[in-house]
Amino acid sequence: MDNHLAELARDIVRQALNGGATDAECTISEGEEFSSNVRMREVENIKEAGSRGAGLRILIGKRTGSSYTSDLSRDGVDRMVKSAIELADLTTEDPHAGLPDPDEFGSVTGDLQLYSPGVAALDTGTKIETARRAECAALDFDPRISNSDGSSFDNYVGRHVFANSREFIGEYRSSYCSLSTSPVAKDGESMERDYWYTMSRSFDGLEAPEHVGKTAAARALRRLNATKVDTQKVPVIFEPRTARSLLDHIYEAVHGMSIYRHESFLAGRIGERVASESVSVVDDGTMPGLFGTSPFDDEGVPSRRTVVIERGVLKSYLLNTYAARKLGLKTTGNASRGLTGNAGIGHGNLYFEGGVQSPERIVAGVRNGFYVTELMGFGVNIVTGDYSRGAAGLWIRDGEVAFAVSEVTIAGNLIEMLQTIEAVGSDLEFRGSVAAPTIKIGEMTVGGR
Amino acid sequence: MLFSESVFSARFGITRQDLESYLAEALSQGGDYADLYFEYLLTSSISIDESMVKSATQGVSMGVGVRVISGERTGYAYSDDLSPDKIRKAANVAAHIAAAPAKVEKFDLNEGRRHNLYPVITAPTETAFRERVDLVKRADHAARAADPRIFQVQAVYADNLRQVMVATSDGTLSLDRQPLARLSVSALARQNGGAPQRGHSGGGGRIGLDYFLNEKTPEQFAAEAAREAIAMLDAVDAPAGEMTVVLGPGWPGILLHEAVGHGLEADFNRKGVSAFSGRVGQKVASELCTVIDDGTIGNRRGSLNVDDEGQPTRRNVLIENGILRGYLQDKLSSTLLKTESTGSGRRESYAHIPMPRMTNTFMLAGESDPDDIIRSVPKGMYCRNFGGGQVDITSGNFVFSASESYLIEDGKLTRPVRNATLIGNGPEALKYVSMVGNDLKLDEGIGTCGKEGQSVPVGVGIPTIKIDKMTVGGRA
Repeated sequence: MDNHLAELARDIVRQALNGGATDAECTISEGEEFSSNVRMREVENIKEAGSRGAGLRILIGKRTGSSYTSDLSRDGVDRMVKSAIELADLTTEDPHAGLPDPDEFGSVTGDLQLYSPGVAALDTGTKIETARRAECAALDFDPRISNSDGSSFDNYVGRHVFANSREFIGEYRSSYCSLSTSPVAKDGESMERDYWYTMSRSFDGLEAPEHVGKTAAARALRRLNATKVDTQKVPVIFEPRTARSLLDHIYEAVHGMSIYRHESFLAGRIGERVASESVSVVDDGTMPGLFGTSPFDDEGVPSRRTVVIERGVLKSYLLNTYAARKLGLKTTGNASRGLTGNAGIGHGNLYFEGGVQSPERIVAGVRNGFYVTELMGFGVNIVTGDYSRGAAGLWIRDGEVAFAVSEVTIAGNLIEMLQTIEAVGSDLEFRGSVAAPTIKIGEMTVGGR
Repeated sequence: MLFSESVFSARFGITRQDLESYLAEALSQGGDYADLYFEYLLTSSISIDESMVKSATQGVSMGVGVRVISGERTGYAYSDDLSPDKIRKAANVAAHIAAAPAKVEKFDLNEGRRHNLYPVITAPTETAFRERVDLVKRADHAARAADPRIFQVQAVYADNLRQVMVATSDGTLSLDRQPLARLSVSALARQNGGAPQRGHSGGGGRIGLDYFLNEKTPEQFAAEAAREAIAMLDAVDAPAGEMTVVLGPGWPGILLHEAVGHGLEADFNRKGVSAFSGRVGQKVASELCTVIDDGTIGNRRGSLNVDDEGQPTRRNVLIENGILRGYLQDKLSSTLLKTESTGSGRRESYAHIPMPRMTNTFMLAGESDPDDIIRSVPKGMYCRNFGGGQVDITSGNFVFSASESYLIEDGKLTRPVRNATLIGNGPEALKYVSMVGNDLKLDEGIGTCGKEGQSVPVGVGIPTIKIDKMTVGGRA
């Protein structure tokens, strides 16, 4: 443990208590970031820097105040503490405000594999070469890949400390590397861009740059010469990259804050069937090496595995201490915050449990339908479940890809969409903290000509 | 603001000689150009939920970004510590990234003339916190009082005061003090135990706190949020497919931001990856359309006295009577394209590399009476308010989501319809604009634009317009 940052967090908490706070919690993050871009085989830009910041939340009885600073000098810290205490005077007494109950604090033990020492030691040349290799593989894949929006390699190494006035102190280090490339395909008047990426806690965990480049190129090529289709109701298949967005919507709908405010179509529906029987959704913050993993949440409560939907039945919301108290439930260890403000809610590794059908079999079973590879816009209303988004992808005829489609919309309502999930693929794979296999929905409206 | 009065000089003791020596350090390994971007940012936010002020936050962040350009290559490093050794270290890191044969020899920093677009003596961030807490309490109270069917209200007030200083190796020293404030209100309505509906409203700008006391009060925003939520209670499913769409004035101008604005940012065009690449001089909209990006409108959320590369902002004509006139340029793209910066270089913070961005993007008013526009439509959709939008620069396809819209039947607005996404193609969509109203309105001041992970405040505006053909993503 880096005694310096942990000691500073403890000092800040102590200083807040001395200043009149009845409780306090302090988060400190520090990290070093590197990013590089290569375009048309040449280095375009490189960025390198380190930064740190501290955030404080204090309570005076049942009133809350918070503040943050990037100035960790004595003067900067004094100002931050004073500011939070002053603000608590202006907020409303809230009976549900406060730190978690004493028996809730803790941390997942064992090595969660969030940090790889090799990441900090990577030399700039290797990183640039990795980005360049991915782009070259894309550019060399097909003569129609004539341009590129570049390739990037980023990495980060950081440290996160959390301390509170109930003697909890926790700290962990984390690292990541990511590689992405976005080639541009051109055929006559048609121009399309797509991308592929890989990310990992360690450099060795990345997919090969050539694989990333070729996958991106193939994705861009298959979008060429896309047409608009007639408006119609058909089965819709979401490939894993777009199926993940369905989890984002489920997450928003089981978000504890949305539940107690009644602004979710899943509010008050625990124990009810909300999706087809093939659907199980799990949030697990303890899976080693993954991006949604942490030993404790941002209130000092251990991360855990929570079954959200089990064979179609809604089992649990995702909660922090505040939302749990409002609902008369227990926190699920999903508190999340940046440096500033009250703890909100976040997810760990959120995924659909994989099914048995291969994606090829799911596609083969569709006579006339839409395979969605790209979604656009924000047309989802979690209050009502209304769903309407821009989409692009491939049209399926008699179980095979017929042609590329773009400039259309898909619409439905999430309440019905979840109930009519007809197939969940076997191709579950983690690429970031939200993971989905191929998903087929019985019928949606495709808006086109 | 004068250099000597700035926080960087007064509190951190930075002198002109220091700036010149940091620039020299940045160019010590060669390079064509270097700049320093100093930022000192104070932020506050207050939120109310269930009639309780549950959160009040204040914070400070500061730092300096050092950029060195050598040909098409950029080196960037930043520090959140403004001590001389840390700044020098960042300059050194950036210098090595962009190492090249030495070219720049000498520079003298001069403060240029610039606009004074937001002469706010006391920024909202500098006022007593208690006054700002009252704004969210008043909004909460007014939204609940508007109608008994309103059962949940949230209001968030947020402001910041950004002090910036840009010193460049081509000799400019620019300082600015940029206040920004926004109040937003969200209300949920329900009737007879049915499904709830949400309404939104908000606004602000580079203004003093008196704006919310005299010009646009919390009560007005609250009434608008409540009105939208109540209106949507009777909404029916939106139609699907191509139809005539009428956009109301103001925030629906987000159409321009997505359909043409992003596609005209010079970085995409320099690289040839935009659907608008190589189309200057071509017709990309009906002759009724003139689209402007103007960073010089007083007190607007998207306005700046100088951009984040120290260049004065300008009024740039993007499309004139349907013809594409030019791109939005920052320093790097304009240098490589051998043209001049349009004052469009922006960045989220000192930790970010600047790039071409929009400021306030709008269409000039036409001659049609807005009522005549609606009367001319036998069957279609009228969109009054929108959520966000998105664009795929390369294919040119864009979407934006209608949050409050109505069916038009026989020239009259009839039933409200549920949320629907509209989709179109940038270089094509505006060719179908057949009527432009005389009622140009700028939005209330709520927009934030994201590009490559960087968020900046922007504005949009539009008069009532009729688009003969656009795809609506409903399900009816």
